[in-house]
Amino acid sequence: MEPVLAVVIGGLYAAGMYLMVRRSIVKMIFGLALLGNAANLLIFTVGRLTRGRPPHIPLDATLPSLPVADPVPQALILTAIVIGFGVQAFALVLIKRVYQTVGSDDQDVMVTENQGLATRGTGREGQGDEV
Amino acid sequence: MLFLPLLIPLATAIAGLLAWNRRKLQRLLGVCSSAALLIVGLMLLATVQQQGVISAQAGNWPAPFGITLVADLLSSLLIVATGLMGLCVTVYSLADTDTRQESLGYHPLLQVLLLGICGSFLTGDLFNLYVWFEVMLIASFVLLALGGQREQMEGAIKYVALNLIASALLLAGIGLLYGVTGTLNMAHLAIRLQSMPHTGTIPVIAALLFCAFSIKAAVFPFYFWLPASYHTPPIAVITIFSALLSKVGIYVLIRVFTLIFPQETLAGQPLILAAAGLTMLLGALGAVAQPELRRMLAFCVVSQIGYLLMGLGLFTALALSGSIFFMLHIMAAKSALFLTTGVVARLTGSSSLAELGGLYRRYPLLAALFLVPALSVAGIPPLSGFWGKLALIQAGLQSGQYLMVAVALGVSVLTLYYLTNAWIHIYWKPAPETAAKLQYLPPHRRHQLLAPTLLLALFSLVLGLLPEPLFRLCHSAAEQILNPSSYITAVLGTLP
Repeated sequence: MEPVLAVVIGGLYAAGMYLMVRRSIVKMIFGLALLGNAANLLIFTVGRLTRGRPPHIPLDATLPSLPVADPVPQALILTAIVIGFGVQAFALVLIKRVYQTVGSDDQDVMVTENQGLATRGTGREGQGDEV
Repeated sequence: MLFLPLLIPLATAIAGLLAWNRRKLQRLLGVCSSAALLIVGLMLLATVQQQGVISAQAGNWPAPFGITLVADLLSSLLIVATGLMGLCVTVYSLADTDTRQESLGYHPLLQVLLLGICGSFLTGDLFNLYVWFEVMLIASFVLLALGGQREQMEGAIKYVALNLIASALLLAGIGLLYGVTGTLNMAHLAIRLQSMPHTGTIPVIAALLFCAFSIKAAVFPFYFWLPASYHTPPIAVITIFSALLSKVGIYVLIRVFTLIFPQETLAGQPLILAAAGLTMLLGALGAVAQPELRRMLAFCVVSQIGYLLMGLGLFTALALSGSIFFMLHIMAAKSALFLTTGVVARLTGSSSLAELGGLYRRYPLLAALFLVPALSVAGIPPLSGFWGKLALIQAGLQSGQYLMVAVALGVSVLTLYYLTNAWIHIYWKPAPETAAKLQYLPPHRRHQLLAPTLLLALFSLVLGLLPEPLFRLCHSAAEQILNPSSYITAVLGTLP
């Protein structure tokens, strides 16, 4: 099982990174979400995969009979998912506001530091990433 | 006792949310809470000085199973600094923040930010640290974007993206570390890792965590998001960001890399020093090239981060105490610079060096309030920056890192150049003909703006004239960090 998950995690990281370097901010947010999911799966996998052995302690014992699944990574992932949900919700609202103020989701159009760049960017509007 | 620095801002933030439409009450709550945080911080510092490192277990779950809060000298010093900065910025923003931002919940958000910062300073658990980071980040995201100017949006996108990448890296690092060691309590990790061979995954995890914290602290090569976003929000917000957020990154670097990964720190010394030197140098060069005051100060923040990292790279008691002293000095001095810049922007409606001028004639006090912290940041004796740099450079010479020392000294000269140049442009040169008429500030507003600025500038001056007591404290803090047995005993009860 580990090799499969390792490949999946690697794929998620690669896809997340690829999306993040795109000019469109919508894709950037998707990339961030993928990175978060990859990190969660990574925690899940390195926390040892144990099948069908919940960490229950029998009534007459003080320790569970090993091996059991470690509950800590799952608790960590649960926390990380909740936090990630909050952060992504904020990021989505942010890009909506950005779209309203700038009128584009292309990061090059957003640049205000250099006026020359900005006007050049506006000319390209629409040719950027379509969403 | 240890929970108070967390409970005060949390309770205030909740009370502020309940009093959503009553802005006066929110303001009052904000000021009271920051003052209370400062007092609690001082009490905590006194307790730690008397009793050594103290710890508390949340919900009485014994360490390493529960969440631990720990205060040693370094954390309690930083809690005091957080209280001081919180108070100054809250008072300043009474006059600086406009009604719209206040009605969008500026004051409760500031308290949430302080909560996250205090949590990061006090936690003794790596995953809990991640949670506090996120608390801090989400509050800072909203503060950065509050108001919704086009410029702010652009800054916010960069800031959010880079910080979320850092969080993902941090999470991955923490997960891997748990997989290798089976624990997340920092004291317990320190013990477990001592008895493990440091090959294979462990240096990789150390590198991952180093990158994650470096992004938060704006260390080379991850500093570019800071100048790209710090010039956009209101000045009170940038002040608290520059004073505390990047310092949290440095604090965590110092904590994690002295307690958990001391071997990797020694092995990676050339790399850490190179990062520190390049951060200093590129930050200073960026600042020299900026014609706009806020951007210049943002680059200056980056440049000073290099000095803080230099202490960790040298890894001796003197160097670390220099870093801690420098951290406290830079919080006060740099904030004073930012706050005066805010006053200037309010008076003239501009912060571009070319459009400003002649303010010295009208506002000599304001000119002094910029000059004193500016010289202090550059490291002119007898101001506070001098002593911090002196300790760092002495430590560098003792360790034989001559190149590092040369860079640190050269960057000081550059810092002196660009800050005095800015001072000449804003205050000394005659006002350009295009300059707009100065705005009138009513007296109560002027006091709210100037009182915190004056307090911070005076703090820098007094710290420079009387560095001995604080420096001794920083030195004991550094010794405590380098000898983690007291920390481990305080958390786990015994030293196995």
